[in-house]
Amino acid sequence: MLYREAGDFKTSYVADSQTFPIRFDRYGYYFILGFAFLVMPLIINDYWANSIVVPFLIYAIAALGLNILIGYCGQLSLGTGGFMAVGAYASYKLMTAFPDFNIVFVIITAGLITAAVGVLFGLPSLRIKGFYLAVATLAAQFFLIWLFTRTAWFYNYSPTGMISAPTREVFGVPVTGPRASAVSMYMICLCFLVVTAWLARNLTRGTIGRQWMAIRDMDIAAEIIGVNPLMAKLTAFAASSFLVGISGALLFTVYLGAAEAGEAFGIDKSFLVLFMVIIGGLGSIFGAFAGAFFLIVGPVLLKLLLVNGLGWPTDLAAHLEIMIIGALILVFLILEPHGIAALWRTIKEKLRLWPFPY
Amino acid sequence: MLDTNTEDGYTTADGRKIGGVAMELRNITLRFGGVVAIKDISFDIRWGEIRAIIGPNGAGKSSMLNVISGFYHPQEGEVIYKGYRRPRMRPYQVARQGIARTFQNIALFEGMSVLDNIMTGRLHHMKANIFQQALWWGKAQREEQENREQVEKIIDFLEIQHIRKTPVARLPYGLKKRVELARALAAEPSILLLDEPMAGMNVEEKEDMCRFILDVNDEFNTTTVLIEHDMGVVMDLSDRVVVMDYGKKIGDGTPDEVRGNEEVIKAYLGVSHD
Repeated sequence: MLYREAGDFKTSYVADSQTFPIRFDRYGYYFILGFAFLVMPLIINDYWANSIVVPFLIYAIAALGLNILIGYCGQLSLGTGGFMAVGAYASYKLMTAFPDFNIVFVIITAGLITAAVGVLFGLPSLRIKGFYLAVATLAAQFFLIWLFTRTAWFYNYSPTGMISAPTREVFGVPVTGPRASAVSMYMICLCFLVVTAWLARNLTRGTIGRQWMAIRDMDIAAEIIGVNPLMAKLTAFAASSFLVGISGALLFTVYLGAAEAGEAFGIDKSFLVLFMVIIGGLGSIFGAFAGAFFLIVGPVLLKLLLVNGLGWPTDLAAHLEIMIIGALILVFLILEPHGIAALWRTIKEKLRLWPFPY
Repeated sequence: MLDTNTEDGYTTADGRKIGGVAMELRNITLRFGGVVAIKDISFDIRWGEIRAIIGPNGAGKSSMLNVISGFYHPQEGEVIYKGYRRPRMRPYQVARQGIARTFQNIALFEGMSVLDNIMTGRLHHMKANIFQQALWWGKAQREEQENREQVEKIIDFLEIQHIRKTPVARLPYGLKKRVELARALAAEPSILLLDEPMAGMNVEEKEDMCRFILDVNDEFNTTTVLIEHDMGVVMDLSDRVVVMDYGKKIGDGTPDEVRGNEEVIKAYLGVSHD
């Protein structure tokens, strides 16, 4: 009854094509945005920031990026971890080479560098498709990690082979390094997430997004009606890698503080983000959020429930947690192969008519 | 020099203006390995006319359309478009020169809504770069709105307002065909290629489609090349007909001329050898 479009008349094409055409959705979105910016900074503490909120925000950016590539443009990629590493090492090199360069610009520049690397590794997509492309991007993953662990220049010849983020400030508040507070870490990640989600939405709603989807749905027909496959695929790789690079830079500078390529950005990260995109829903901005939420927040909530709620031993809970999350993934994919976003869409369609479906 | 001017040409019996030569195909030969799909075919397409290509299955009609739309590159012969010889081009470049088409088996983008599908047809009319689009600023937003208005005109024209926001995958076959026509029309093509627009339709849907094809020709003066098996439809709609058989051209002319052509009758109906 609350959730309906009846009586909500659109009088212009701009109003008709807005992101949240239903009033209830729009207010819900404003509410969540207000809550995230105004209430969360007051109630967030170190534990919540470190275990749930900050990783969720960072992985949501990565999932948005990968969703552009896989969900919108249909190019399967397993190189996400490698591209996150590019973002992380680029931000590290920039931070150490130009100490006065503001961290926000460092992260954006790291994203741009990753975009360039992404385009380079996207070139094979012009010739190969599907699983074969996945293998090619897998090669990118291993090559990049190998490069970052073997080339001392990338970690400034540090004896441990680790990179560690020095303290950097935004408006006088430290956001990276050991002195960064939970609130400042939270705020910088949130700002990046909101802006990147907005960029992703803009890209996917316009002509470039339609070209990506055309390539995804039927590449030959797309080319015959005028989509330049080279441009469409490479822009998808660039936009996707830009977001993935930003998330890698944030993961290293803000969240981890110190990292080693093989450990922090291994193949398991590629799969984690890929699962987020698949479980969340391919080709949906909301899906990226839902997938990141499911795979980052789910395990923590489960642990809280088992250990704190039921009083089970930690090691047993840890094993069970993996099994339960695995089972949940299976159940989700069987019930709704198109992900949480599709489930959400079905619920919304039902809600629109509820309680009088005729 | 060809008379490519739209003002040249003649007026048909029902008062439609047919212009000069829009496209001329000269001695086109297309081979796939040892198979010769098209054998030394020449014909022309005039501005504003409805040109049909007919022939039995496997005659090379669709291959001919694929040559025109740049998907196949003939080994011999040349395509003269708007008075100039067309160099070898990628299909998307051909599309940008004003040639739009529909497909024999529907080639819509199933994951997108009807509106998005038709908007994709207008991609040459949208020039905003990726940064403008990412920020949804200036040109990007303005173009989206202007093109939406054009698309809505086509949606009205083809009477598909009610399915505007429906995902294409949910539509029945007949409507999909109509959406595909809408997508091709959205490009505002100089030449519209229709590959069996009425295949698999019932009589009512066929009549609708015929009406749309005639209306499009009337309203936008779009030059149309169509492949169709339904002889009644072809003879009623088209101004001139090319008949193909085994990759060769066996007839070319007005529907009446073609109907009387010995070879055409032989290929289509067969003649008794008594």
